[in-house]
Amino acid sequence: MSSTIVSLPDQTTATLPKHTYLNNEYGLKSWLLTRDHKRIGILYLITITFFFFIGGAMAGLVRLELLTPQTDLLAADTYNKVFTMHGIIMIFLFLVPSVPGTLGNFLVPIMVGAKDLAFPKINLLSWYLNTIGGIMVLAALISGGVDTGWTFTTPLSTHYVNTHVITAGLAIFVTGFSSIFTGINIIVTVHRMRAPGMTWFRLPLFIWSNYAASILMVLGTPVLAIALVLVVLERTIGIGVFDPTKGGDPLLFQHLFWFYSHPAVYIMILPGMGVISEVISTFSRKRVFGYTAVAFSSVAIAVFGFLVWEHHMFIMGVSSYSALIFSLLTMLVAVPSAIKIFNWAATLYKGSITFETPMLYAFGFMGLFTIGGLTGVFLGSLGMDVHLTETYFIVAHFHFVMVGGMLMAFLAGIHFWWPKITGRMYPENLSKLAALVTFIGFILTFFPQFILGYLGMPRRYAAYPPEFQVLNVLSTAGATVLGVGYLLPMLYLTWSLKYGKIAGPNPWQATGLEWQIQSPPVVENFLETPVVDYEAYDYEWLANKTRNEVHTVG
Amino acid sequence: MDSHAIATHPEHAHAGHDHPPFLRHHFESVEQQREATSFGMWLFLLTEFMFFGGMFVAYLVYRTWYYPAFVAGSHQLSVLLGSINTVILICSSLTMSLAVYAAQKGRKAALVRWLSITLLLGLVFLGIKASEYREKWEQHHVPGLNFSVSDFVHVNPAYPGQPALPLDMAEKTQVYFSLYFAMTGMHALHMIIGICVLAGLIFRARAGAYTSGHTNTVENFGLYWHFIDIVWNFLFPLLYLISRHQ
Ligand code: HEM
Ligand SMILES: [Cu+2]
Repeated sequence: MSSTIVSLPDQTTATLPKHTYLNNEYGLKSWLLTRDHKRIGILYLITITFFFFIGGAMAGLVRLELLTPQTDLLAADTYNKVFTMHGIIMIFLFLVPSVPGTLGNFLVPIMVGAKDLAFPKINLLSWYLNTIGGIMVLAALISGGVDTGWTFTTPLSTHYVNTHVITAGLAIFVTGFSSIFTGINIIVTVHRMRAPGMTWFRLPLFIWSNYAASILMVLGTPVLAIALVLVVLERTIGIGVFDPTKGGDPLLFQHLFWFYSHPAVYIMILPGMGVISEVISTFSRKRVFGYTAVAFSSVAIAVFGFLVWEHHMFIMGVSSYSALIFSLLTMLVAVPSAIKIFNWAATLYKGSITFETPMLYAFGFMGLFTIGGLTGVFLGSLGMDVHLTETYFIVAHFHFVMVGGMLMAFLAGIHFWWPKITGRMYPENLSKLAALVTFIGFILTFFPQFILGYLGMPRRYAAYPPEFQVLNVLSTAGATVLGVGYLLPMLYLTWSLKYGKIAGPNPWQATGLEWQIQSPPVVENFLETPVVDYEAYDYEWLANKTRNEVHTVG
Repeated sequence: MDSHAIATHPEHAHAGHDHPPFLRHHFESVEQQREATSFGMWLFLLTEFMFFGGMFVAYLVYRTWYYPAFVAGSHQLSVLLGSINTVILICSSLTMSLAVYAAQKGRKAALVRWLSITLLLGLVFLGIKASEYREKWEQHHVPGLNFSVSDFVHVNPAYPGQPALPLDMAEKTQVYFSLYFAMTGMHALHMIIGICVLAGLIFRARAGAYTSGHTNTVENFGLYWHFIDIVWNFLFPLLYLISRHQ
């Protein structure tokens, strides 16, 4: 094994390493023109945090408006604009780029033992496209907003609204390219840049899940892109592809849109599942149970994800035969997700579990995602869906999956790799408190929405019958708690940049390649190409090393 | 503390290596670089395929629904111009292949020549396309801007055998022309982008950039150009030829 043994820095007197990717060059230009995947990861972290808080502010407005049954804070049309912007920003500018853009960028090359992603310049371009798309969304917001809902449903979007659909549609088109390029970069890196000995089945599961999500990005995003181009063409020059007055069919838009947007929910959730696999295995000090099953389940999710889009259209006039078939297929896609949950549970069983902050978030993920996924199965069954669709039940369902699942996973990942990214630890007790606050706030916000939906409160209305008020007040109160839960990490993570304890290369005693280089890493990650001759998550091998030694590559 | 062992400055890491100037820092070997870039290009073309795929699906669906309107619509296109353009594009694919071959053999003059001919053929294609668009404009066949159904509710003197369409079906020819403009327009946009890149390639090829062993860029652009050609080879029969016999 081409490795040397170096001793861990003494935690009390330790200093940060002399040369890191952070101090390699200075100045704004060195960041804005960087081609280092780690720096680009940080650029992403900054932009998605920014958009998360704008989207969060919009969510706050929505919840405040819903505090009372009347429309007293926002007029109905302003309300429509606010929830539309909330949806667009959260989905396209936060959830989709979150894990692949930040952690994926930072970690994929290191985890496979490469010096960078395959196409560093295109990687930088991805970030710029994402940012430009974001600015366009903000421009649409400032110049008057969009009120179609994030789904841009035709003919509403093409004929009936007078808002900035064109700007917003083009913005999504641009961010779509960002996502396509990220996907291509990750796929090529995983295929062609793996270090010697890093076979497919030695890859960390984080890589597998990002790889599967990238397949979805590459195959799905162009279809969304063309759907939006056609919407824009229909609005600007009036071609008639979706326009029923000319013989076009609005349902076609739905097909094209959901062909992307159902897989898109897996673009969002799969990378998060990758994070959870890493965290659970590290803090129970065991190889993930059924590694191959978990790896393949990611790919299975990617494949099945393309077969179920029509479950978003059950009440839109599709034929009952196709609805039936898509209902069955929808059940199928739950299987690989369930495989993951079971295997994580089996990994925890008899593991030596410790409850560090990332682990707390991971537990949050498992609980909330399970609830979200199970309610998804309800929705997939035709009869239930007809009753529950377009009610708050849907809102609760996808927030359990995307906020309870994905956002928890993102926070788990940020805490888990923070020491690697910055070289410093975050304050342990405060971060545990934040995880707890987030969890409580989340349940309080979204659980009442299941009941509201079941009772029949429709989504996307600014006013509602007074009997729903109690549950809505609960939900708004929960959103406030949740807001605090998100602000806390912002504050203490920033604080830790300067005052956090020095982390050292491997604070969690984890096994991945990323833990065997210094924190923060040097510019090209490894001084010599690492050679891998052990399986992923081989904690026994690690345990055999003496306490003060770490296996170092290069 | 000895983490310096793994913290040497990166610049030194390469001191010993000796690699050709076009090998990017993060690749281990020329071979790896070549494989990675061409794999990346194939993936990109896959996304392009999905992009056009959305429109092909729309075409297939509407064609089955509004078959007579699609037949009438396709009769309005000039098979002659379409065929000439098809031949031009196939020729340009050939000259592009010859350019790639010249690059691989390190023949600078030949490379510049074949790239220039490719560019020229591309421009001719676009010119013919533009004249077709102008004709459609004059005939009031552009949906949204100046569309009029009158050509389809009466017997067209150019095609006496073709029956006049009932008004509701005649209106569906708008869908046909919407797709015609969306699909050929997207294709033309890809051509324009390709021609811009070609101009850049010619400029750099004259400086000797691709004839000293580094042919990835020309090869990958060749793939893109062939892809444009292939898309046209689907568009032409679907839009111009099918149902012509009716
Ligand atoms: C476990 C598998 C899942 C199943 C079976 C499922 C099923 C469904 C169904 C049937 C709907 C349509 C409800 C309706 O509009 O009537 C729906 C909506 C939705 N789901 Fe899921 N889902 C699953 C996982 C996910 C995941 C992982 C996410 C996000 C990461 C997600 C996000 C959404 C969103 C955003 C909507 C709302 C779409 C809209 O109407 O605007 N779902 N889901
Ligand atoms: Cu779906």
